[in-house]
Amino acid sequence: MNSLRETILAGELIEAHRPWPRAVVSRELWQRAAERLHAGEWALLGLWGEPEFAHLAVIERHTNECAVLSFACEQQRFPSIGRSHAPAIRLERALRDLVGLEPEGLADLRPWLDHGKWGTRHRLEQGAAVSAATHGYPFLPAAGDSLHQVPVGPVHAGIIEPGHFRFTASGETVVRLEERLGYAHRGIETLMAGAPLERAARLAGRLSGDSTVACALAFAQAVEAALAVQVPPRAVWVRALLAELERLANHLGDIGAICNDAAFGLMHAQCGLLREHTLRAAESCFGHRLMMDRVVPGGLGCDLPGDGEQLLVALVALVRSRFPELVELYDNTASLQDRTVGTGYLAPALAQQFACGGYVGRASGRNFDARCTPGYAPYDRLRFEVPVLEEGDVNARVWIRIREIEQSLSLIEEILPQVPPGAICAPVATQAATGIAREGMALTEGFRGDILAWLRIAADGKIERCHLRDPSWFQWPVLEAAIEGNILADFPLCNKSFNCSYAGHDL
Amino acid sequence: MRRLLFKNLVLGPLTEPAPAKDDAAVAELAARVDRVARRRLGRTLAIREVDAGSCNGCELELHALSNIVYDLERFGLRFVASPRHADVLLVTGPVTANMREALERTYQATPDPKWVVAVGDCALDGGLFAGSYACIGGVSAVVPVDLHIRGCPPSPLALLKGLLALLDSAASEAKAG
Ligand code: SF4
Repeated sequence: MNSLRETILAGELIEAHRPWPRAVVSRELWQRAAERLHAGEWALLGLWGEPEFAHLAVIERHTNECAVLSFACEQQRFPSIGRSHAPAIRLERALRDLVGLEPEGLADLRPWLDHGKWGTRHRLEQGAAVSAATHGYPFLPAAGDSLHQVPVGPVHAGIIEPGHFRFTASGETVVRLEERLGYAHRGIETLMAGAPLERAARLAGRLSGDSTVACALAFAQAVEAALAVQVPPRAVWVRALLAELERLANHLGDIGAICNDAAFGLMHAQCGLLREHTLRAAESCFGHRLMMDRVVPGGLGCDLPGDGEQLLVALVALVRSRFPELVELYDNTASLQDRTVGTGYLAPALAQQFACGGYVGRASGRNFDARCTPGYAPYDRLRFEVPVLEEGDVNARVWIRIREIEQSLSLIEEILPQVPPGAICAPVATQAATGIAREGMALTEGFRGDILAWLRIAADGKIERCHLRDPSWFQWPVLEAAIEGNILADFPLCNKSFNCSYAGHDL
Repeated sequence: MRRLLFKNLVLGPLTEPAPAKDDAAVAELAARVDRVARRRLGRTLAIREVDAGSCNGCELELHALSNIVYDLERFGLRFVASPRHADVLLVTGPVTANMREALERTYQATPDPKWVVAVGDCALDGGLFAGSYACIGGVSAVVPVDLHIRGCPPSPLALLKGLLALLDSAASEAKAG
């Protein structure tokens, strides 16, 4: 009994869950799931919980099948997955903080999102227990001759999100980096519990502002799956336009920012200009530069205007006319390459183990893109390539982004003539109150990687529970490994090439 | 690189003209800012940004202020790396409980005279996150705020208008005083 399908069949299937199966499994099956993850046969998509259940979302590597396994906790305890599969550790620490479930056998029980500042620990069942976090956070030790520590953050030197980095260095060389996150924890999941769909969708769109379209899309698709809502074809196609514009804008901004961290301002200025043009095109077409609240459950909150196609064609032409010479400049500037080549190496095995999404995984040989696997409309009807490299350094992550910009440009061109006429939104709110609880799940590809949304809609049509998993959960931990042995001064460069989301991770 | 530099040289500037300052912001400032403080600052302000738990949307637009289209520095406004060098704290986010202490300490580390600008709807009153166990809800609940710039996120133009109003009121007070 090894495959994911067999595991699900052996469990107790939850009928209301869409589109992939969810089953409540025995302790034995749950523990075997940890072994499958450890063996690399399955990849971890998410781990979250409710007062009574721990949930584990996985994808089987060779079949690409997704499923959720649930464990009925006994006295709020469940067997730790993180004990044998490291990528689950921080998720389990967060689950402990937010829901109060105890992962049995997890060695690292330091609070993660809970910094001891919430007064009462606010658990999802509203039962207020005193926070487990006390003052002082024991960082992991590093031993050796003449090591020194450099604490950085949570307030950084630039316009950067809050987070703390504890470096242990030997001279210039980083021996260990330990991250401490959670500063941007806003309590999104608790705010969502009991919220009407419309408000919950807005919250989802603010999980991580730079991925607002992709996050809102994941949430909307999960709602639509749960309620079996048919999204009008026009909305499906225009959503993809929004998603590609978001990818384009972020990659342009990031390439410039990475070069800027290597003190190459010209690239920053030029890429920043193209990003600005992209945001302006987004504003002209959809009324908001970051396109917040445009994707809503059921479809779209605004339509592509009459001159939209013309505006986007002009944008694509503009980026096409300027971008190649910037790529050439990047490629031909030895001083820049000197900083990016070989810096911040992420080993492909680690990228596989952590199932790192987006450019972080793809620059280290992991060929995964949620637009293809498990895939969603309209990407099944579009032709595009998913660039993959093996080098795993800052340079490779830049090149993946360069290639993805090119792909997004052609996707926009490919989508525009195919956008069908018709309605842009199906009624959802009226259908939501079905009298029974329904569950839905979705995986979308943001610019940073795959975003998971899981939710249960209560009988009254409100959100009972929603969990959003930002791609950063599986990227932050490997940044610690990638910086090891690099010089301290290269950290900003490495960090920017990962560009993990603090807000998205902190919830 | 030379080719690109030359092309940019003949292309002419891409920076756009300054927007009119925000009148509402001027009014808010006039009511709050200490005259004497303004006289000492003149026409240049050093800004320290503090993300107090934003979704990072506001940060994206603050970054945009430095691109060549808006070019914040031409107005004498620049982002600095330490609160000890700053005249203005620019704060985003609903102030999470986990960031409260860091914000307070950043404020204390900023020398007088200083101003606090709260950026975005979250920084005004917690925005969508108001009422959360994890948020204080609004920058003014933690440190005194001199100016609010609204929006979710405020556009670079809105940010620029607000900051120019701050600068202008500083300059005119200096002359009048
Ligand atoms: S105001 Fe809007 S964009 Fe700014 S931090 Fe709050 S939610 Fe994000």
